[in-house]
Amino acid sequence: MIERRGFTNRRDSSGRRQINRDHSPFLLVFIPWATIMLASYLQSVPIAVTGPLLPPIGFLFMLAWRLLRPGVLPIWSGLIFGVWDDLFSGQPFGSAILLFSAAMLAIEIIDIRFPWRGFAQDWMIAASIAVIYILVATLVSGSRLSLPLFASIVPQLLLSVVAYPFISFIVSRLDKLRLMRLRTIS
Amino acid sequence: MPLSGSKQRISGHSRKAQYSAFTGYVLIVLAVLVGIALLVVSLVQPASFNGLRGLFSDATAPVAQANAAGRTGGRNFLDTVEGYFEAGQQNAELKKEVEIARIRLAEARAVEEENRRLKALLGLGETEVDPVAVARLVGSSSASTRRFAYLGAGRSDGVKPGMPVRSERGIVGRVLESARHSSRVLLITDSESVLPVRRAGDNTVAFAEGRGDGLINIRLINLGINPLKRGDVFVTSGAGGLYRPGIAVAIVTRLTDDGAVARIISNPAATDFVAVEPIWQPDARRGANTPIEEAIGSNETIVGDGAADAAEAGGEPDAQ
Repeated sequence: MIERRGFTNRRDSSGRRQINRDHSPFLLVFIPWATIMLASYLQSVPIAVTGPLLPPIGFLFMLAWRLLRPGVLPIWSGLIFGVWDDLFSGQPFGSAILLFSAAMLAIEIIDIRFPWRGFAQDWMIAASIAVIYILVATLVSGSRLSLPLFASIVPQLLLSVVAYPFISFIVSRLDKLRLMRLRTIS
Repeated sequence: MPLSGSKQRISGHSRKAQYSAFTGYVLIVLAVLVGIALLVVSLVQPASFNGLRGLFSDATAPVAQANAAGRTGGRNFLDTVEGYFEAGQQNAELKKEVEIARIRLAEARAVEEENRRLKALLGLGETEVDPVAVARLVGSSSASTRRFAYLGAGRSDGVKPGMPVRSERGIVGRVLESARHSSRVLLITDSESVLPVRRAGDNTVAFAEGRGDGLINIRLINLGINPLKRGDVFVTSGAGGLYRPGIAVAIVTRLTDDGAVARIISNPAATDFVAVEPIWQPDARRGANTPIEEAIGSNETIVGDGAADAAEAGGEPDAQ
């Protein structure tokens, strides 16, 4: 993707550049990592008896950050988020490591092939990756595979597709917070 | 070439940028391979990463407790608001119900009296047991197809793997792994959970298998004409020695060829606190886990009524 270089010298979405106001190096890294990890943890909070209730929100947050702000997450971050997600998801350990990393790799390949995309294309990419994620996660979950089990993931599939625009809206707001200009000393 | 992660997204002729991009690709491919390896290990040997998971569920236990308390509070608040809207109609209904309940109460007293007399006759004691721990369910695997719940009590409270977990209405599941202050519970709706049950009222024995979608398959052991009806209640039979007999499990909603589909009676989402009970017959568990040669070779005899049942039921299938 082609970007302007030296963008910090000019006016950008987070305001006019002023003397002694700059992005906080802490927030630049902390906000994306923290939101994805928090989302991964939050999916263990509700009590769901009948079946998978929530979309995999940790995974969707990672997709949204990666698609909206391509430079923010390093490609190897899929490994870290995967390990973290595996601790709380209830899936056998390793399933999120595999799927998160594979998703990062897939988006990288898509980025090379289709550099210019609009939101609709991003949504389509996120939706197809999320559907594949849920299906593969079900296959490797270690549960007895049966028709009712697959029927029970249909609401989750639909919710994940619908949830992406909301999550990317949240991510875009968080991105404003990330790029907030704070008083610097130097 | 896009380089996600590097501050400069165009590598150009910069060696450093090129190398860091290359390292990123190598790392992510390695991560995929590591993921596959770990997945195979944890599918073959499900208990491999219990320690790590336990460590983190302990670390987040205080937050989870607060969440659980908030959830209960929120539900109570909604119930209260709902109550105001239905107050008038409910009042009339309740008055009628109280009348009926008074009559039933008198009947129940008589039955209780008779029960005590009959029990004294048979020399049976009260079968209630003291729970090991009473705690909140603090979370569940709500994005996965597995049905696990997390419990806010662990080894320090005496909770050990295998112990049954129940609410005041019925069985919720059993403890799968316990960390210091939290533990993981396999709910009876999980597709790896199998529970020996019998029909309340007679001795139609069956297995209650979770389907993974909130319902339970009742599979009869004696095949033949399906004797079940809609509304039949199944309780634990005590076979296998894990669960105390007579705790409510499920209620039949639909009949199938070899049994029925049933709904669980105790919905963990609607319960506030759950009780962890001791394993009913630890000896039976040990008997089921001891290879037959070893049992014959040793002088130790396995006592307990559940031993024969456990052998017949093949024990509890080990789920992860």
